[in-house]
Amino acid sequence: MNLKNLKLRHYINYIVIGLMTLVLSIITFTGGRFDNSMLFLLEKVAISIILAVSLSLVVGFLGELSLGHAGFMCVGAYLGGKVASLLVPYLGNGVLALVIALVVGCAAAAFCGVIIGIPALRLRGDYLAIVTLAFGEIVKSLFQNSSDESFGGSLGLETPRFDKSYLFIIAFVLVLLTLAIVQNLIRSKHGRAITAIRDNEIAARASGINVTKYKLLAFILSAAFAGIAGVLYSYSNYTVQSMKFGYNYSIEILVMVVLGGMGSINGSIIAAALITYLNTKLATILTGDLAVLQNLLYALILIVIIIYNNAPALKGFRDKYNIGVLAEKIIKQHRDPAHVKDDKAKWDVVPTKISMDEILSVDMNPQDNAPQKKQKGDK
Amino acid sequence: MSQYILETKGLGISFGGLKAAQDVNIRIKKNQIYGLIGPNGAGKTTIFNLLTCVYKPTTGTFYLDGEEIRKLTPDKINHKGIARTFQNIRLFNNMTVIRNVMVGLANRPEYKCTVWESFFRLPRHFRVEKEMRDKAKELLRIFDLEEDRNGLACNLPYGKQRKLEIARALATNPKILLLDEPAAGMNPHETEDLANTIRFIRDHFDMTILLIEHDMNFVSDLCDEITVLNFGTVLAEGQTKTVLEDPEVIKAYIGG
Amino acid sequence: MELIFSTLINGLSLGGIYAMIALGYTMVYGIAKLLNFAHGDIIMVGGYIIYVFLATNNPLLAVAMAVVGCVILGVCVEKVAYRPLRGASPLAVLITAIGVSNLLQSLAQIIFGSAPKMATVYDFGVVKLMGATIQISSLVTLGVAFAVMTALTLFVKYTRIGRAMIAVSEDRDAAQLMGINVNSIITITFAIGSALAALAGLFYLLKAPSVSSTLGSMPGIKAFTAAVIGGIGSIPGAMLGGILLGMVESISYKITAIAPYTDAIEFSILIIILLVRPTGFLGKKRREKV
Repeated sequence: MNLKNLKLRHYINYIVIGLMTLVLSIITFTGGRFDNSMLFLLEKVAISIILAVSLSLVVGFLGELSLGHAGFMCVGAYLGGKVASLLVPYLGNGVLALVIALVVGCAAAAFCGVIIGIPALRLRGDYLAIVTLAFGEIVKSLFQNSSDESFGGSLGLETPRFDKSYLFIIAFVLVLLTLAIVQNLIRSKHGRAITAIRDNEIAARASGINVTKYKLLAFILSAAFAGIAGVLYSYSNYTVQSMKFGYNYSIEILVMVVLGGMGSINGSIIAAALITYLNTKLATILTGDLAVLQNLLYALILIVIIIYNNAPALKGFRDKYNIGVLAEKIIKQHRDPAHVKDDKAKWDVVPTKISMDEILSVDMNPQDNAPQKKQKGDK
Repeated sequence: MSQYILETKGLGISFGGLKAAQDVNIRIKKNQIYGLIGPNGAGKTTIFNLLTCVYKPTTGTFYLDGEEIRKLTPDKINHKGIARTFQNIRLFNNMTVIRNVMVGLANRPEYKCTVWESFFRLPRHFRVEKEMRDKAKELLRIFDLEEDRNGLACNLPYGKQRKLEIARALATNPKILLLDEPAAGMNPHETEDLANTIRFIRDHFDMTILLIEHDMNFVSDLCDEITVLNFGTVLAEGQTKTVLEDPEVIKAYIGG
Repeated sequence: MELIFSTLINGLSLGGIYAMIALGYTMVYGIAKLLNFAHGDIIMVGGYIIYVFLATNNPLLAVAMAVVGCVILGVCVEKVAYRPLRGASPLAVLITAIGVSNLLQSLAQIIFGSAPKMATVYDFGVVKLMGATIQISSLVTLGVAFAVMTALTLFVKYTRIGRAMIAVSEDRDAAQLMGINVNSIITITFAIGSALAALAGLFYLLKAPSVSSTLGSMPGIKAFTAAVIGGIGSIPGAMLGGILLGMVESISYKITAIAPYTDAIEFSILIIILLVRPTGFLGKKRREKV
């Protein structure tokens, strides 16, 4: 494998997040100290990125709507937090206990992913969305009504107080891990199979794709990472309360994925960071009854972006003013004269739209066909 | 080893009271181009759906290379060696052209690569990806699609979409290729081009092809043998020329 | 015995409310092929309109205004948020619906504040039946719900518009070719669904006279559950599912050991039914054409 194959743009997100983590850790280890609110924000950003990237796998790439992502996170938070608080007296409040808690939380959430993955094999679209929503509510209700000794019931579960100044580094290492695994999956034949199922399930089956396997894979992976985010959450907040993980939190994660552009990992990352930052800032500005303005904002974002990106009537507008297309135009302006491409495209389109016999007798002359014939000879 | 690569015996299915196909016997020899024709609603596509196990037959069975495979799922059928295209094109619209073909390639044993190998980017992942990409380009070249390989499948013009579907089906390395109205919506030039491509596929890949088509010139030009269906039953079968001159067949088409 | 009887009546009246909301879901789903997530929140809007117009001391006017207001809102939501997305992927429509739901909730909270508002529409009092004390409002709910559902069934079966609705739900394109104005049929469906939601809002206020911005979200989700259990797209199915769910809820609340898990039980029933019989009890199976 040579370096030329390593396309920079494929790895830009690792590089940016990695560098950021590195710089922040150096500051921490050389004695610099962030205030607690900054550390808390960093942890929250990391958690949101993990959640958004993992949800993006199911919503953006598998094309199924999951409204229970917070439910998986809830399972991870409670089980991871419980395991940690049981282990800390024996292992000390160190990285070892955290790692074990992460493994347990991740495995428990992944197991729930299997449970939700099974309906996903039989149901599609709206039905599946409602099942995931129901799952999230069931999980919330079970933990809420648990006994005080087991998971703290309605008071919530107390979790170990890990040293704040290092937790965010671990959180960002986990972000890198999530990114690596999700992106590696998507950029492989397995990821293509998942996107193929999204685009056309019947054709995917006919092309030999084992739909069962890949749907389960996507759901399990997505749930597992939500579980990891949950464990991080329990460590970051010192306490886990089931009320937090309701339907609204699932929607907030969905907003991140939609805002970032479905099927775009980097978009999800940026949107997750942005929304988490906004949440924290808005929480200080908008207090009391005004806090609801935040929800209003998210609702509007959701509606406007989805309509803009999906409305059939706006297709022409989108194609014209697409960021990607504009960027390409600016970059490639000098190299590749665009009008040549356009002409070629039109030549292809016209014959299929008008009755063929007319075109053949009137418009076409042998010269028009010459380049095509030549290509055929080549093969 | 059977004499026939694909053989159906008494194949039939009914939806409620409607017998969409009954007692259909088709025998296709290796390397043949075999046509399945008949008026609209005669049950041609139903036969394709039965052969790819989208529907389960109510009666009868079918054999691929002597092996009875009626009970498999559509993806397993594909692994056994039956690949198809669809009457209403079903591409992976939001994926690039080359990736459409690579999806088809993924199940070939030579490109085996487990999920774990992809997660951890082991050497086999890179080798397989590169080989698949090269193979996909090679397939696209056959269909004059190499230039379009990085565009989205949905942006291709109609004729090219049909070709891409065939390329994707071919990528799964089938023993027999089922084409559902491959020339529908194509202009005469494209149709002629397609006929040449189908012949090329047969010769180059040593392929057997079963196709549904309405364009009689296309069928008589291309097919070695045909079966005519009418109201779900076989009306006639045999050498293309003989069958097409059969008065019964002409009557079924023109209506009598 | 009294306990059983009162549980039965409560279950039936709750079931009647669920059934009315479920009808809105099921009709919209059958005809516009979209899960109108905001449907539950229209109940909430109905509740607030009743609260506002109760200031006039005229409960009938308040209810009438709620029905009119909800119909206008429902039709507007369809025109602004859903119509531009017709033909887009179902996922996009569903996400927009979720957005509309959140939008309505936060708007209500901005206008009326987060504290619940008291809204006593009318006090029917209680009656002794077979030894049990029954709220008369429960009986009224039950009666109105059944009357409305019967009327709706007849409407769909025997009127021109009703039959056009069936046609659109069977095959939208074919219906359009037959000269049916699909847009106006969808608008009418949304109007009927929203009117039913406004009535459901009224019945909620009769049950417990307080309205808050989240009044409709849980009933909405549960009524959708009811619609799915009964078989989406089917009017009798919505009634059956609604009453089944209402009974389960009212029985579960009476048993102390499982009362806190009532929501979990209802949702578990949903998941199990979808796994065993994805089309619900009375739903029709749709075969995707290949």
